[in-house]
Amino acid sequence: MLRRAKMLFTLIFAPVVSLAISAGALAEEAGNWAVNMPRGVTSVSNSIYDIHMLVFWIVTITGVLVFAVMFYVMYAHRKSRGAVAANFHENTTAEIVWTAIPAVILVLLCIPATTSILDIYDTSEAEMDIKVTGLQWKWQYEYLGEDVKFLSELTTPESEIYNTAPKGQYYHEEVNEPLVLPANTKVRFLITGQDVIHSWWVPDFGVKRDALPGFVNETWANVLEPGVYRGQCTELCGKGHAFMPIVVNVLEKEEYKTWLIDKKAEQAAIRELTNKTFTMDELMEIGEAAYNRSCAGCHQVNGQGVPGVFPSLVGQGIAIGPVEAHIDIIVNGQAGTAMQAFGDQLSELDQAAIITYERNAWGNNVGDITQPIDVYNWKKGKR
Amino acid sequence: MAHGPAKGIGRWFFTTNHKDIGTLYLWFSFAMFLMGGFFAMVIRAELFQPGMQIIKPEFFNQMTTMHGLVMVFGAIMPAFVGLANWMIPMQIGAPDMALPRMNNLSFWILPMAFTILTATLFMEGGAPNFGWTFYAPLSTTYAPPTVNYFIFGVHLMGASSIMGSINIIATVLNMRAPGMTLMKMPMFVWTWLITAFLLIAVMPVLAGAVTMMLMDINFGTSFFNAAGGGDPVLFQHVFWFFGHPEVYIIILPAFGVISHIIPAFSRKPLFGYSSMVYATASIAFLSFIVWAHHMFLVGMPIGGELYFMYATMLIAVPTAAKVFNWISTMFRGSLTFETPMLYAVAFVILFTIGGFTGIMLAVAPADIQYHDTYFVVAHFHYVMVAGAIFSSTAAVYYWLPKWTGKMYNETMGKVQFWIGFIGFNVTFFPQHFIGLAGMPRRYSDYALQFSDWNMISSTGAFIYGTAQLLFLYNVITTIRSGKPVSEPKTWDGAEGLEWTLPTPAPYHTFTTPPAVK
Repeated sequence: MLRRAKMLFTLIFAPVVSLAISAGALAEEAGNWAVNMPRGVTSVSNSIYDIHMLVFWIVTITGVLVFAVMFYVMYAHRKSRGAVAANFHENTTAEIVWTAIPAVILVLLCIPATTSILDIYDTSEAEMDIKVTGLQWKWQYEYLGEDVKFLSELTTPESEIYNTAPKGQYYHEEVNEPLVLPANTKVRFLITGQDVIHSWWVPDFGVKRDALPGFVNETWANVLEPGVYRGQCTELCGKGHAFMPIVVNVLEKEEYKTWLIDKKAEQAAIRELTNKTFTMDELMEIGEAAYNRSCAGCHQVNGQGVPGVFPSLVGQGIAIGPVEAHIDIIVNGQAGTAMQAFGDQLSELDQAAIITYERNAWGNNVGDITQPIDVYNWKKGKR
Repeated sequence: MAHGPAKGIGRWFFTTNHKDIGTLYLWFSFAMFLMGGFFAMVIRAELFQPGMQIIKPEFFNQMTTMHGLVMVFGAIMPAFVGLANWMIPMQIGAPDMALPRMNNLSFWILPMAFTILTATLFMEGGAPNFGWTFYAPLSTTYAPPTVNYFIFGVHLMGASSIMGSINIIATVLNMRAPGMTLMKMPMFVWTWLITAFLLIAVMPVLAGAVTMMLMDINFGTSFFNAAGGGDPVLFQHVFWFFGHPEVYIIILPAFGVISHIIPAFSRKPLFGYSSMVYATASIAFLSFIVWAHHMFLVGMPIGGELYFMYATMLIAVPTAAKVFNWISTMFRGSLTFETPMLYAVAFVILFTIGGFTGIMLAVAPADIQYHDTYFVVAHFHYVMVAGAIFSSTAAVYYWLPKWTGKMYNETMGKVQFWIGFIGFNVTFFPQHFIGLAGMPRRYSDYALQFSDWNMISSTGAFIYGTAQLLFLYNVITTIRSGKPVSEPKTWDGAEGLEWTLPTPAPYHTFTTPPAVK
């Protein structure tokens, strides 16, 4: 009997104790066996971490005390040890005591929690604004007032996801273009969604906020240490929910300024390309790359789509119909379906190339060419 | 006692007997439990390693959605309705439920509802894939066409629950034996009475939510579409106004079951009966005013954030009172640990751990890091599985001899408990770590730093799944070849009217009401 009591004790207690030990000793150790929240690199993430540890210790100590009494009772008051049942019940004093004690602890807990949440909600005096837009299944970052805007998408290849190639170090957490921020600067994030609800989370910043279509949420971060920080989407947003990571590259202020100047020049150069005329071969090449990046997630690399969910582009519908309708659906999307408006997401060149590619790939030999300027004019005329 | 059950298969289709209907509910619930469990096994098998091995991400989302819906509406809720059907008339000294024909209807709607829901797995576009919380607009504008079947199914489940609740309220309020005042009712009856009122209050809200979805999808309204003047957050408010009471609907009858089993195996009365009743009622009341703690990140005003944090923490107080009451009941008792008691003790411990993580989640600033991660998954499986599933399993072992007149094999019961208990903790305890380390929930694939704990969690899930097959084996062998028992009291410490009846309980009981002192 004693042996069984011990076994019961170990089995039930081992997880609690191991959590306590690991939280203390290994808190700082990241890696595959991580058991605790990272401390992070902002004042907010630090205050969250402190509150988390405070509550954790309160509940752990309470748990150890309560379960200790319980295990003592289960050991000492067993019938097999000759225990005879007493018959006491109802005791108002006991009821009041064990109602009051948790109530007092909880009230005390509310004090730091309230201070912290007030600080988290204070977005005033931000030095710069970043608009973060969640789309199926990527993030768009816009540096408000700077004319800089880009999409950030997963770059982990299908071969790694479907296990035909070994997984890299940053498997599932790497993007084509990270968000770049200056260190020691209060940055306000204006978070919104274009299609469904997403949620933008960078654990090291202590920042997570829902990206709602049609509404803008505000939050902020002031990153104390330069470095690369990784995060993820945390609101179920469809099949690509697990495949739209966040990477933030935090630079020293000076480095950031240089980066911003270069980025502005680069984006201006891309806008210049709108006026250039391309050949069919050039557009097909650019189009294939852009299609695989932005369209293949739904319509598939072979253009066949997914029956019943995403329409096929091969030998039917808009892809072989009049070009105006094709430009329109790429630019403006199709309301009420999963087809997004790509007009503001992609450059005119990429949109023109995708249209040309879709009309001339997979045996769709329509033969016409759409130039970036056509897309540009369509957008102007339609607005 | 003039006649017994009808002959043949028709007995089960046309029965109005509370015991038959209770049996139907329990077997249906177990079938759904195995199906929902199978979906969980698919999920855990895919998450065994990083990368996509077995299924595609779109099917993964269908699995998480169906797992949640089937477990909540198909397994847990019908299990407790089945127990209510069996036990409430026997515990209050009534001959049957107050509305026996409606009782039959409310059961037979359920298999239809779940046929409709599971049929979507085989339709073009696949089953619902927007999570069991079905947030708009993923569940409206961006939903697969099968969403309409889902909406119809949810309506049917709601109708079934509401009818069941009306029946329970009518029975409890009108059919108690003479002398059984409200404050003499057994705890299971009390918890179910309160649960039934919760169900009647919130099931129509759920019906409203899915009807608004139906309108948005098919009739061009914009309840949840910002472009038409609606608000996707409105959906979450309506859903959680249903959803939060719903979790107490699931757990309150579990409290009732445990409040019978612990006194029985402690051979000592429940420590604070009246405080348990008041605590149950306070929990039920509080469940209506805390819903937005599921929505700390939608951008609520600071006032709302603070209010919902404070109100949520308040729930810990009556819940703690319950745990202290159970421990005080055990204190200086004469304890034995048969299978139902093992489950009850495990319930108290694991549910308390789930309550602790609940307090952690209630702290709004900390919730920023916990929200929508595996920490939340661990939390609600500690309260749902260790709470609702453990307690209904305990109830089956506890009352099975009374129902069937056969005793289960104690050794097999204990073996089943320990395999399940170990499997459960190996599955869900590491999920706390995975969540704190930063893995969001509903992820079909994950980064490499989460791989080790995920593998352990999946291993535990397969062990826990096996334990359920053993449970099925135990129940079937008990019914077919268990040792016959005939004394009215199976357990020497058990109290209540059901233990005054012959064993096995006859088809009709209490045709003349017993006297309650």
